[in-house]
Amino acid sequence: MALDDLKTKDFAFVGTRPNRPDGLDKVTGRAKFGADAHAPGMLHGAILRSPHAHARILRIDTSRAEALKDVKAVVTRADFSDQVPFAPGLEGEFWNVLENVMAGDKALYDGHAVAAVAATSALAARDALKLIEVEYEVLPHVTDVDKAMQADAPVIREGATDYSVPEGMHPNVVRMHESGHGDVAAGFAEADLVIEDHFTTEATHQGYIEPHACLATLGMDGKGELWCCTQGHWIVQKTCAALLGIETANLRVTASEIGGGFGGKTTVFIEPVALALSRKANKPVKLVMSRSEVFRATGPTASASMDIKIGMKKDGTITAAEGIFRLQGGAFPGGPAEYTAMCAFAPYNLTNVRQVGYDVMTNRPKQAAYRAPGSPMAAFAVESVIDELCNQLGLDPIEVRLKNASREGTKASYGPRFQRIGLVETLEAAKAHPHLSAPLKPGQGRGISCGFWFNHGGETSVSLALSEDGSAQVMVGTPDIGGSRASMALMAAEVLGIPYDNIRVTIADTATLGYNDVSHGSRVTYASGLATIKAARHAVEKLCERAAKKWGIPVDAVKWENGCAVPSGPNAGDFDPLPLADITADMGRTGGPISGHFEATPEGAGVSFATHIVDAEVDPETGKTRVVRYTVIQDAGKAIHPTYVEGQFQGGAAQGIGWALNEEYIYGEDGRLQNSVFLDYRIPVASDLPMIDTVIVEVPNPGHPFGVRGVGETSICPPLAAIANAVSAAAGVRMRNLPMSPPRILSALKAHG
Amino acid sequence: MSKIHVSTTVNGDAVEYLCDPRETLLDCLRDKLSLTGAKEGCGTGDCGACSVTLDGRLVCSCLVLGVEAEGKEIGTVEGIADGDVLHPLQQKFIDYAALQCGICTPGILVAAKALLEQNPDPTEEEVRFWLAGNLCRCTGYDKIIRAVMDTARDMREAV
Amino acid sequence: MVEVHLWSGLRALTGGLEVVEVEATDTGEMLHALVRAYPQLQAPIDAGVSVTINGRVIASGLTEPIPDGAEVYLMQRIRGG
Repeated sequence: MALDDLKTKDFAFVGTRPNRPDGLDKVTGRAKFGADAHAPGMLHGAILRSPHAHARILRIDTSRAEALKDVKAVVTRADFSDQVPFAPGLEGEFWNVLENVMAGDKALYDGHAVAAVAATSALAARDALKLIEVEYEVLPHVTDVDKAMQADAPVIREGATDYSVPEGMHPNVVRMHESGHGDVAAGFAEADLVIEDHFTTEATHQGYIEPHACLATLGMDGKGELWCCTQGHWIVQKTCAALLGIETANLRVTASEIGGGFGGKTTVFIEPVALALSRKANKPVKLVMSRSEVFRATGPTASASMDIKIGMKKDGTITAAEGIFRLQGGAFPGGPAEYTAMCAFAPYNLTNVRQVGYDVMTNRPKQAAYRAPGSPMAAFAVESVIDELCNQLGLDPIEVRLKNASREGTKASYGPRFQRIGLVETLEAAKAHPHLSAPLKPGQGRGISCGFWFNHGGETSVSLALSEDGSAQVMVGTPDIGGSRASMALMAAEVLGIPYDNIRVTIADTATLGYNDVSHGSRVTYASGLATIKAARHAVEKLCERAAKKWGIPVDAVKWENGCAVPSGPNAGDFDPLPLADITADMGRTGGPISGHFEATPEGAGVSFATHIVDAEVDPETGKTRVVRYTVIQDAGKAIHPTYVEGQFQGGAAQGIGWALNEEYIYGEDGRLQNSVFLDYRIPVASDLPMIDTVIVEVPNPGHPFGVRGVGETSICPPLAAIANAVSAAAGVRMRNLPMSPPRILSALKAHG
Repeated sequence: MSKIHVSTTVNGDAVEYLCDPRETLLDCLRDKLSLTGAKEGCGTGDCGACSVTLDGRLVCSCLVLGVEAEGKEIGTVEGIADGDVLHPLQQKFIDYAALQCGICTPGILVAAKALLEQNPDPTEEEVRFWLAGNLCRCTGYDKIIRAVMDTARDMREAV
Repeated sequence: MVEVHLWSGLRALTGGLEVVEVEATDTGEMLHALVRAYPQLQAPIDAGVSVTINGRVIASGLTEPIPDGAEVYLMQRIRGG
């Protein structure tokens, strides 16, 4: 039985669009999200946060808060495990996380947690915070990436710099990446036109609508239960156990329904604090962030300052490309400088390329992953310069991209050769799309951009159990952030050959399934999907064994077809097809329950590319920009549930529109975040956007049994550049700084005359 | 601080609770009545995830105090379906995949229902501006707008 | 022998070499051999690396076989959001 064949066509279930299994719960208000949990005797937690961007904590006096009758526990840094050393210098990511969830000797950014309270009500907890006295020695701060690299910038943390940073750089530069090939100087010499330019993007927040929330119980026996909204509950389990000094297996973590993550819920913020409060109070503690806390103290993405230089011949050939990328990732190492550098020129086949990335610390919250971390800003800078080269050389932007496009076998800008990829297919689809030839109205401009992301595999474990009536339950470990339970059920149905509705997919907790990496890296449909397919195949093997036994023929004379065991050929014997439900009906008496399982770290996620087309309109009087038409074209490898693939495309584009036009972290001279509510940090609303058209390109990924590539992240790579190119065309002036807010556009128009 | 007794009606049922004068209607619905369908996304009236109706008027329940519900009629997402029959909007949201994570869905359904009750034939522009107070970060609104427009069409044809 | 291509930021740790040869049949052996030959590579490898074998990205696996003559690149660890 050849079960490992790559299947890319003739699907019965894959590619259909059934209703999602959690749909009813979500339209009736029944679905339980992070903040919807309740436990008997539960306390409510609240966290006191630093009002200073950078300050030494001289003294914390919690006695007045502790004296309140309603207050049951107060914790500061002293209540976390002493196994995680509180020491200067880099001691690994656990130390960073601990330092971030509760400040040690210094508050490193506005909003940094310094103490927490558990009380009998949320109001009582909030009131108690006001009674905690913290004495600070305010220190000089820096929040801007370029300023943080200057000689006179205050040092955030001595000794945080790793091996990669050359001597002589400011200690705030903590990591450096350099890669490339060829000879860029020689390449630039060959060019007919070289453009060198500087670009900036601001930090933006993932902006999930559900604030972080958890319900924690940790007893004096060292055993705990944690309910939380997270993209990955095993990483929560592992991290919290380390921070609290308990064994990992003694903490059971259950993932709630999750109200958006986009990378921002791939780490912990309040969970260790709630556990520490619970351990001290010996009661369950619920902790829910306010929106302002989400903005001030969870991970936005990095801001960037970038220099790009690209040389092109008159025929459109790119002769050399060089980029310097400075990423500001807050008061900890981890800004995605290496990804920015590696993704920047990936869409193009370049003989000479060099990219340098710097990870720079500032007095801002610790950046967290945000959808293809690092890539969108790189694409913004690079694709803006390519657009300008096309303009000045009078070349067609699609043809130039096609001419230089990376293909199978191209040596990527970041080193290795590409396997089968679909960039050219997205560009050809763009070329053929009616959007590209539709007339523009006066005041409108059109922009295009390509984008690239790696995608990821990660540790994955899936179990599948059959029931006597022939239905199946699938236990996966990747929280469902956008309909993945539907995709898993479709893939299981495809293998088992039973109806989609007879399969129930559950997100298992950490006590009922082996380790699973976070729902990130666009990995869920790829990796959990692969594991679901293989777990289902594992069950099918057992079903075939039962049939073989019943028929008295060898198991290799049985194959699985349309939900039935059948003889594999005329020589195998003449038996009627044996449906799955007939085998499971008496499985208890023919060898026991039938389950399938698969666990692995699948390596073969398959990189992905997209091309976006945008029309934008600029009002020269007000500087207001409107996106009037948007088309996303992306390689999905194979769309398991096309509707949810479209949803990822549309969501990525919408977030990109926000990043390009409105969203930014605004810091005052005092180093405090000035726009920590949705009114001031304005994400796109329904009236800001047009319909977002989608084209799903399918170039199968050889690393997945059905050809799937991840789709969640690549969709946010092209928008910043595509919109900037459209706006620049509409305004008649090159826009180099995001967001392209009305004041920025007006001043650019004014400077341009 | 002493608590205040409130008698009100939620989804047609008479209910009572005791609340602190500082607690919002959203807090009371969620914590005292266990109606957790309405969500707190911001607490400042910007995201609409807590949308409910108060005497038929669409409000953010995070901006209404619990005590203000006295004697009023409140409608939440839990009351949209008629017994075991989903409201056409609810069914259409499932059919159209007009949700990804689903955290904004209760608020959007309450808001969209309020729209269709006063304007059974809205233009796309009208739907977009009506729902401009309900943030969704996952979908880009495309499928949401289509689901609302299509529901409106179905409901008009059904009359 | 496996020819391992390093990212150019690592040249400072290998005496200027961007391509180094080590004896290895899988990714784990290759990383060990790299550190044996160039002890300063320990830091970047500990910080997290991925390996590509003929273009296929091995995000973290230490047991992936490296066929003879394969094109092998060391990259900084790939993750996601």
